[in-house]
Amino acid sequence: MASRLLLQNLSKRHLLRSTFASRSASTLVLAEHEGGSIKAQSLSAVVAANSLSQDNPVSLLLAGSGSSLHQAAEKAATCHPSISQVLVADSEKFAYPLAEPWAKLIQLVQLKGDYSHVIATSDSFGKNILPRAAALLDVSPVTDVVDINGPRQFISSSLQLEYYTPHAHFSYIPDTVIRYGYQETGQALHQKYFGVRSTSTSWLLVKGHRVLILNCVEVCRPIYAGNALCTVRYTGANPCMLTVRSTSFPVPPISVDSKSGGASISEVDLSTLDEDSVGKSRFMKLSSQDTGRPDLGSAKIVVTGGRALKSAENFKMIEKLAEKLGAAVGATRAAVDAGFVPNDLQVGQTGKIVAPELYMAFGVSGAIQHLAGMKDSKIIVAVNKDSDAPIFQVADYGLVGDLFEVIPELLEKLPEK
Amino acid sequence: MKIMVAVKRVVDYAVKIRIKPDKSGVETQNVKMSMNPFCEIALEEALKIKESGLAKEVVAVTMGPSNCVDTLRTGLAMGADRGIHVEAARDLVPLSVAKVLKKLVEVENPGLLILGKQAIDDDCNQTGQMIAALLGWPQGTFASKVVLDKEKQVATVDREVDGGLETLCLDLPAVITTDLRLNQPRYATLPNIMKAKSKPIKRYTPEELNVEIKSDLEVVQVTEPPKRKAGVILSSVDELIDKLKNEAHVI
Repeated sequence: MASRLLLQNLSKRHLLRSTFASRSASTLVLAEHEGGSIKAQSLSAVVAANSLSQDNPVSLLLAGSGSSLHQAAEKAATCHPSISQVLVADSEKFAYPLAEPWAKLIQLVQLKGDYSHVIATSDSFGKNILPRAAALLDVSPVTDVVDINGPRQFISSSLQLEYYTPHAHFSYIPDTVIRYGYQETGQALHQKYFGVRSTSTSWLLVKGHRVLILNCVEVCRPIYAGNALCTVRYTGANPCMLTVRSTSFPVPPISVDSKSGGASISEVDLSTLDEDSVGKSRFMKLSSQDTGRPDLGSAKIVVTGGRALKSAENFKMIEKLAEKLGAAVGATRAAVDAGFVPNDLQVGQTGKIVAPELYMAFGVSGAIQHLAGMKDSKIIVAVNKDSDAPIFQVADYGLVGDLFEVIPELLEKLPEK
Repeated sequence: MKIMVAVKRVVDYAVKIRIKPDKSGVETQNVKMSMNPFCEIALEEALKIKESGLAKEVVAVTMGPSNCVDTLRTGLAMGADRGIHVEAARDLVPLSVAKVLKKLVEVENPGLLILGKQAIDDDCNQTGQMIAALLGWPQGTFASKVVLDKEKQVATVDREVDGGLETLCLDLPAVITTDLRLNQPRYATLPNIMKAKSKPIKRYTPEELNVEIKSDLEVVQVTEPPKRKAGVILSSVDELIDKLKNEAHVI
């Protein structure tokens, strides 16, 4: 009887271990592509995946239809050494970034690939889709992550633990649950008891106690319009879903020789794509203005105008200055609401979050909501008539004066690019 | 058609927040609280739709401790017909809010659900998308224009996306989350504030709705963001160009 029980336990252990062994850190990155190559911001999600764990194979998920998709897939396969696989979902359903089919696609790919993390960039694309996919997978996503913290280890005394994977469902009662991050501490802990390095979720016997080790990750995100930083620990089931702020995970230039031989490209089998909510939304049109200036989200210099510009006509001065500096143009909510510029130029809590090398604010008072979008810029220059304007509290260089005099002078004196 | 609007009580947008000394969160005692600005816009849109004759009733919903009823009363004073308060002791993560909302949708059967795009306290931007997923309804997030077609039972939504404006057509019932430029919320007038006191508010608990409130996220700590070092005030454009060129090396 005793030996049978032991045998049962052993086989259970074996089962658990073999399941968990295949469950080491692996990340699915939801990427966006345009004109046959993946968007630069999507690569910062790959950089974020790297900071979760070094040996973290990244699968890049690309969806769309037609030849530009496959062209983008081929480019993506060689664009970053940690991308181990490119998954391609080719269907008319993904021709436009509609949340309904895309969220279903993430669910489908997750159930098949059983990733420990799913990451997208925190832009209007990622923010629209990722939470929907998270709800389908019944996990809490984390928005706008700016930092992925180092190792944290803690031991919880929770006794009942249900572990769910797409392959099997275990209800098992360990004596102790240890949760840890992927990096040193988790590895050190593992090494201490096993003598081997491992980053996988597993369970082990410690001094005769059954202990289950779970993955755990800590991330940092801004709350209250960036006036507080909140460190959150994700302790739920896989996958841990994050949208990351691309300015916080800059993509280092990748030298040609460090490029891998190329990741494998495979098609996602869409035959089981659940049609339930797909098709209830239809894309009509996208109206955008192509100005030929650098993209606001990734520009090295941003020149921003506020309400003080007084009119759309006067705002052209900002555009002229931006052209001279090779900069992107930004605006405050007041300038957008007054109709000086389109809404996609708004910088702030509810607009775009930028962190350029140089941020120049003209006639911007510096409301909390605006500062939330630009506080992380390297150098901030403020030009304002009001010497008490809050913008001067964050500006590295301030100039108290009339922007209608300062901008023409700058235009005249700035060196040609 | 009935429209359900979710509203959240948050620290007023103009308040400069303070972090608790024990780093457990942000001070909310003796701080001015208001309805989340995006929720006001959501409610305004629902009221406009009702006023145009496309909806019969607007139901405002909130979740949280008992003082959230104040926010609900504000919503009723703006013009919502009745309120629902789901009493929850602590902060709920968006996934829990979405699960509670799903139960309420099953009870109330609205044809449209309008939420703000994000709450200005947790800045999550998740609840609308999650409730849409749980219901299997289409979603129109970051809406800056909503046009309903009662006959075809569709909503045409302009969305503020990174590249400009995107137009989508959604089959009703649908979930819409509002962006800043959707409308200008009205102020509650004094007579309406008085009237709101007699409008009905239905109370539930998560247990009554059979929703298990759990969280897979734990707040470890809340800290101040790194302070920028004090800058300098310059006297001329020449000095500015010189500093940018020779000190900051950015141009």
